[in-house]
Amino acid sequence: MTNSIDEIAGASLILAIGTNTTEAHPVISLRIRKALQRGAKLIVVDPRKTELAELATSHLQLKPGTDIALFNSMARYILGERIWNKEFVAERCEGLEGLRESLGEFTPEYAQTITGIPAALIKETARAYAQAERATILYTMGLTQHACGTDNVLAVANLALLCGQIGRESTGLNPLRGQNNVQGACDMGGLPNVLPGYQQVQDEGNRKIFSGAWGAALSDKPGLTLGEMMDSALQGTLKAMYITGENPILSDADSNHVQKALEKLDFLVVQDMFLTDTAKLADVVLPAASFAEKEGTFTNTERRVQRVRKAIEPIAGAKPDWQIICALAAELGYPMKYAGPKEIFEEITRLTPSYRGISYQRLEKEGIQWPCPSEEHPGTKYLHNQTFVRGKARLTPVNYMQPKELPDEKYPLMLNTGRRLQHYHTGTMTLRTEITQIYGSEKLDINPGMPKT
Amino acid sequence: MVEVVGWGSLPASCVTEAREGMVVYTESDQVTEARSTILELLLANHPDDCLTCDKAGRCSLQDFSYRYGIRKGPFLGERKAYPLDQENPFILRDMSKCILCGKCVRVCSEVVGRNVVDFSFRGFATKVATPLNCGLEEAGCVFCGSCVEVCPVGALSEKQMSGRGRSWQVNSVTTTCPYCGVGCQVNLQVKGNRVVGAKSAGTGINGKHLCIKGRFAYGFIHHPERLTRPLIKRNGQFEEVSWEEALHETGSRLREIKELHGSDALAVLASARITNEENYLLGKLARAALGTNNIDHCARL
Repeated sequence: MTNSIDEIAGASLILAIGTNTTEAHPVISLRIRKALQRGAKLIVVDPRKTELAELATSHLQLKPGTDIALFNSMARYILGERIWNKEFVAERCEGLEGLRESLGEFTPEYAQTITGIPAALIKETARAYAQAERATILYTMGLTQHACGTDNVLAVANLALLCGQIGRESTGLNPLRGQNNVQGACDMGGLPNVLPGYQQVQDEGNRKIFSGAWGAALSDKPGLTLGEMMDSALQGTLKAMYITGENPILSDADSNHVQKALEKLDFLVVQDMFLTDTAKLADVVLPAASFAEKEGTFTNTERRVQRVRKAIEPIAGAKPDWQIICALAAELGYPMKYAGPKEIFEEITRLTPSYRGISYQRLEKEGIQWPCPSEEHPGTKYLHNQTFVRGKARLTPVNYMQPKELPDEKYPLMLNTGRRLQHYHTGTMTLRTEITQIYGSEKLDINPGMPKT
Repeated sequence: MVEVVGWGSLPASCVTEAREGMVVYTESDQVTEARSTILELLLANHPDDCLTCDKAGRCSLQDFSYRYGIRKGPFLGERKAYPLDQENPFILRDMSKCILCGKCVRVCSEVVGRNVVDFSFRGFATKVATPLNCGLEEAGCVFCGSCVEVCPVGALSEKQMSGRGRSWQVNSVTTTCPYCGVGCQVNLQVKGNRVVGAKSAGTGINGKHLCIKGRFAYGFIHHPERLTRPLIKRNGQFEEVSWEEALHETGSRLREIKELHGSDALAVLASARITNEENYLLGKLARAALGTNNIDHCARL
């Protein structure tokens, strides 16, 4: 998030795209309700009539996968009506002419034929967004989980930049992240192309710092993404995987593909609390402790680093993941010795500029939002106030393309996945709680107007 | 309520705006007498249940009665006796203990926006109820538990914690919720080496609020299916082994594959569920110990 959760309540207009907030992020939805009580407008873009859509001032019920057509047409209308933020674009953006040229055909009327949203409503929404005092965009997987997910986000970013609706209090672009520490896993370099703090592995300077600190030579070749790993396993070039706290058999698209890939591996290690569907395929399973059994930190969706505190001793036989990883490193001839998570965190802050000023001692009182470059720095409430990371922001032309799979004669229905309030992700945890007494298994929602076949 | 010099009645402090020159007494004789009478009236229609009530030790009615030395006394008469509502797995509703403060009604309506309960009936029969007295689930309750959090007495309580320990036997450990990315602060309720429940920490982004998962979904911690021994698959079957054996097997197989096929034949999936410290170590293990940048996790999806 470029803003903080608390700032949502201060927005004058909220554009919520593909986010079923009341179910997926219930506590954030309370801030949306607060904004509504204070008179904010809420515009929901979602193919489904969610609870949030029922609360909205207007609901843009687009056809699934047509987001780019909608946002491009809003941008074109804003340019045509000359209601974009000229000062902001001139000072802080580049690529306006390229964007303008790319939007040629995207009139709201044309977008209506693709999205199913009336052109008048598109125009009204564009005007309201462009002219709002403090507009905040919230989005989740409804925008990102598409073959064109990255372009969808760019189309939305173009809109925010064009209208200067970013870099101020309650004004910005806010992806609501789905998991307790998905932000932290990215921050810590759990990605194939970056080291902790998003420092590129291809940059020699970065590698030099880390190889010095870690006492090992580092590869300059970006690694495989999750999807590429599965493909490489099937092709036989990837031979072994070490999977921690993840259940790709259920969480990745195309379960059969993932299962075949994992079965093809010479060696699979899975570290988890339970014998998940993924763990069942493993050669070795290592029993991990739960969050209640260890110390550490999670980083939430608003970049806030917060403490995780040990409430109980690990369940007999299980070990905290950090201890297992260290023990495994020793077996690999690369000893990593730490007295505890605090010492690991201190190493992280030495190597990660955005975390540098954070310490367990400071976190004792309350969480701190990165970037926090020094011990005196209070943390950062919202980003891009004066400048963007790359200097000027780039307006990037994006083309609309149809969804990869559209209904046809053989498969006439479109299936959309989503999160239920009562359950979480692959259900490894929530399916083992009292929640199953009120919500025991997944349900399929079908439009009552759908012909029975 | 407080006494304001020059005012005829005792105003409620929470709805009275301070004004220039106002003189306020918070514990004058007039104030304590009024409070005592109100407590006597509340106690007259309250079950004497402190011996078994889970709220004992964190009950405002108990605390104020203690503070002003109030015992059951002058106003004895008819008492409400409603059946205990325990039909849902999360919230126990003992409406005989309700003091009709209305906090649950307001939090449900004004903050959570669901309007599941409201005052019904009139006079002595007034009761906080769902429409037609149906169960909470049927009334559209999402079991966020904010009503339980604000209830000052034993009328609303966590069913999971019922009979699992008196408030003073339970330790509270503040930590971060393990579910979505909001990062709510929860107080895990711990007795012995067991997590018996959770409450909102009252701090952080969530304040008093949580959702059904953050407040009630901790049964997995002590679930009998938790893995307690490392497993190695031999002839298609898992066998329980020691940590030494499992780690040695893992280390030697990974080393073997690295020597045979090179570092990039290995890959690590980090996790959006484990801590920063652990993800950092996984990156270090992949890059420095295994020698590959093949590390990713489900944020990719």
